[in-house]
Amino acid sequence: MKIKDLTVRFGAFTAVDSVTLEVPPGRIVGLVGESGSGKSSLAKAVSGLVPYSGSITGASRVQMVFQDPYASLDPRMKIGESVAEGLLRLPGQARVAEVARLLDLVSLPAEVAGRYPRELSGGQRQRVAIARALGAEPDLLVADEITSALDVSVQGSVLNLVRSLRDRLGLPILFISHNLAVVRYVCDEVAVMHGGRIVEHGPTLEVVSEPADPYTRMLLESVPRLRR
Amino acid sequence: MLRTPSAIAGTVLVGLMVVLAVIGPPIWGDQADLIDAGAILQGSSAAHPLGTDNLGRDLLARVLVAGRFSLLLALAAALIGAVAGVVLGALPSVLPTRLARLVTGAVNALVAFPGLLLAMFTAVVAGLGARGAVLGIGVAIAPGFARLTQTLAASVAGADYVSAARMLGVPRRRILVRHVLPNIAEPLILNLTQALGGALLGLAGMSFLGLGVQPPSYDWGRLLFDGFGRIYVTPVVAIGPAVAVALAGIGFNLLGDTLARRAARTTVPGKKATTSVAADTDKPDEGAVLEVKDLTVTFPGGVTPVRQLSLSVRPGEIVGVVGESGSGKSLTAAAIGGLVPYPGTVGYGRLRLCGKDVTELSRKELGTSLAMVFQDPMASLNPALKVGGQLAEVAVVHQGATRAEARGRAVDRLGHVHLPEPDKQAKKHPHELSGGMRQRAVIAMGLMGTPRLIIADEPTTALDVTVQRQILRLLREVTEETGSAALFISHDIAVVGELCDRVVVMYAGRVVEELPVDRLATGAAHPYTRALITSLPDMDTDRTLPLASIPGRQPGPAEVGDGCAFAPRCALATDRCSTERPLLSVYGDAHQVACWEAK
Repeated sequence: MKIKDLTVRFGAFTAVDSVTLEVPPGRIVGLVGESGSGKSSLAKAVSGLVPYSGSITGASRVQMVFQDPYASLDPRMKIGESVAEGLLRLPGQARVAEVARLLDLVSLPAEVAGRYPRELSGGQRQRVAIARALGAEPDLLVADEITSALDVSVQGSVLNLVRSLRDRLGLPILFISHNLAVVRYVCDEVAVMHGGRIVEHGPTLEVVSEPADPYTRMLLESVPRLRR
Repeated sequence: MLRTPSAIAGTVLVGLMVVLAVIGPPIWGDQADLIDAGAILQGSSAAHPLGTDNLGRDLLARVLVAGRFSLLLALAAALIGAVAGVVLGALPSVLPTRLARLVTGAVNALVAFPGLLLAMFTAVVAGLGARGAVLGIGVAIAPGFARLTQTLAASVAGADYVSAARMLGVPRRRILVRHVLPNIAEPLILNLTQALGGALLGLAGMSFLGLGVQPPSYDWGRLLFDGFGRIYVTPVVAIGPAVAVALAGIGFNLLGDTLARRAARTTVPGKKATTSVAADTDKPDEGAVLEVKDLTVTFPGGVTPVRQLSLSVRPGEIVGVVGESGSGKSLTAAAIGGLVPYPGTVGYGRLRLCGKDVTELSRKELGTSLAMVFQDPMASLNPALKVGGQLAEVAVVHQGATRAEARGRAVDRLGHVHLPEPDKQAKKHPHELSGGMRQRAVIAMGLMGTPRLIIADEPTTALDVTVQRQILRLLREVTEETGSAALFISHDIAVVGELCDRVVVMYAGRVVEELPVDRLATGAAHPYTRALITSLPDMDTDRTLPLASIPGRQPGPAEVGDGCAFAPRCALATDRCSTERPLLSVYGDAHQVACWEAK
């Protein structure tokens, strides 16, 4: 997926200011920035949820996983039905089998299909949301702050899943987060956004250990650390 | 649900109406149609309590029989209105933009149009009689329903699961039927009950105006119309149908209100929870700013989010309370500040602030010695008032300062929390400040008094990391300068580790470990604390290994059993752990842990 000179405007306000970014196949590209930096607007533009100018190529089937797993599943639909929504192209029998395969792919037992979202933990719900997105056979997955509503104790399992999807499916992923430690753990490359622009972009370890931009440096210094 | 008089009255009235509709015609039908030339236009008598009409028919029997017809017509009208309204209201979400706007505009215009006029107009066009009246009332009800449907649908259409379905390419019609309608059905059904009452009154009105039911059929409105001419001579003939209409209308409206209230409040306050707490035996710690012993917060139905929690905070100390969502940490803070929401009850063996029992503290003492900072600064600031004025109020109310003195102090305090140009910021409204500046203003508000304890509940969770860093530094600075202590509540163990002196770890409503912060990273003894630390990715985490996480989930506040609440998720758990709860016991210097396996 290649983004070229992407600009998103809301009235007179420019949320994303001519951004150029590439997500190569089989790579997880992290997008970090603070609230108002434009990272979520960029994600929405890539997902086709807001109008934009500029060009996005190589991403015809984009799927997005949302921040709040409590709001992204219809409370009145069983898990199986929610996952099957992206599989309307398949006939009934094949659909059931595909739902089971997708749930297995995100390490959930098949019987989860018969349950309602309220019976699942936040981490399990987020896996369901990922399974539903995978059902549409995306060529790009956009993960927008997918662990910020989760408790630390279950966050790890979702992050491990994201990495394993890249390894097993070669799926390119645009991973958006305000949490630098999470981005550092999950992403191959990282792009730092500030004021609608990308101020720094490079391999994750390089950016984290030798930040070139003063804003990146400030972000890194602000990450809370346990005194070991 | 049958707890309030209005709920009982509504249910009983509607029940009576239904019974009347079923048994009325078979029992009194013959009597109601019996023409008696000898008893024409009589008033009240023993044989005819409500008198007779111009053919000598008994009016009491006719009122009782008319119930079925009146209620059926009202039901038909309400259903027509509801179906037409829901279709009109839902159409905009499936139509192309232009058409959708047209429908929305039409509905808005109809809502503004008087209902009765709309009903009369339709009834006249559709022809006199019951059918015309029902159609008319149905049409009058429809715009309200359409409007409600539109508003509800718009809120559901903005939900993430609808966005997800759109991205999966689910057709709009299917989104409407599968996602939107099921999620708005409940309020629509509630509204139908109330519309039923409205339709009944409306139909009676139509019949009364001569636009409704025509003889020989009759409903309550028609009986009222027939009796009205004689109201000055024999008023009793109009009273029967009038009372019937009024009772039915009131019944349906009360029932509708009750159902709506019940739907709005998911937890119904039940019997007041009783909390038994061990007597306060040992001596209170006079040196502590805050001393809590056996604090328990209970909600009706056996829900106990905080269980026998004890902690103390010494002057100048910052104590962190860390736990995941549902651990009871925020309710602990609320209980100390006396802010537990209804219907929760707080019980404690001891709750002392600044060396005094909280019940002995006056509101003024509490207001100046305790400062609270919450996650959302907008919740602590009145959006309609200027920041400076709100701060000044504290000094005027609690310290008896004059307006000018209070203002000066407010500006001084705002400068103290490093707001640039404090005199200018004081003149701004909260919405004109950024999130970080608002949180500074709230901290400044706490500093208007001379706080001995600052309780900060997730004060940086909504802020960006760079701003979080500044607020943490400010909190540290403020406590060092004023000698005030702080209780810092957070889900983020790294933040707690950075700011606090001592850490209290909560799980399922209890303290599972309490330790000095320098032991947190390497010296934690409870398996839960250790798991929390290893599952937190930081800037040194090994990227080649999978990230640790804890299987399962924390039990809810009503699901906690006898044993250790963490046992089902714990790798070290033995049989003893699931049956016998370990008490918090001394593990090392200033270190306590509640675990059988901690060695």
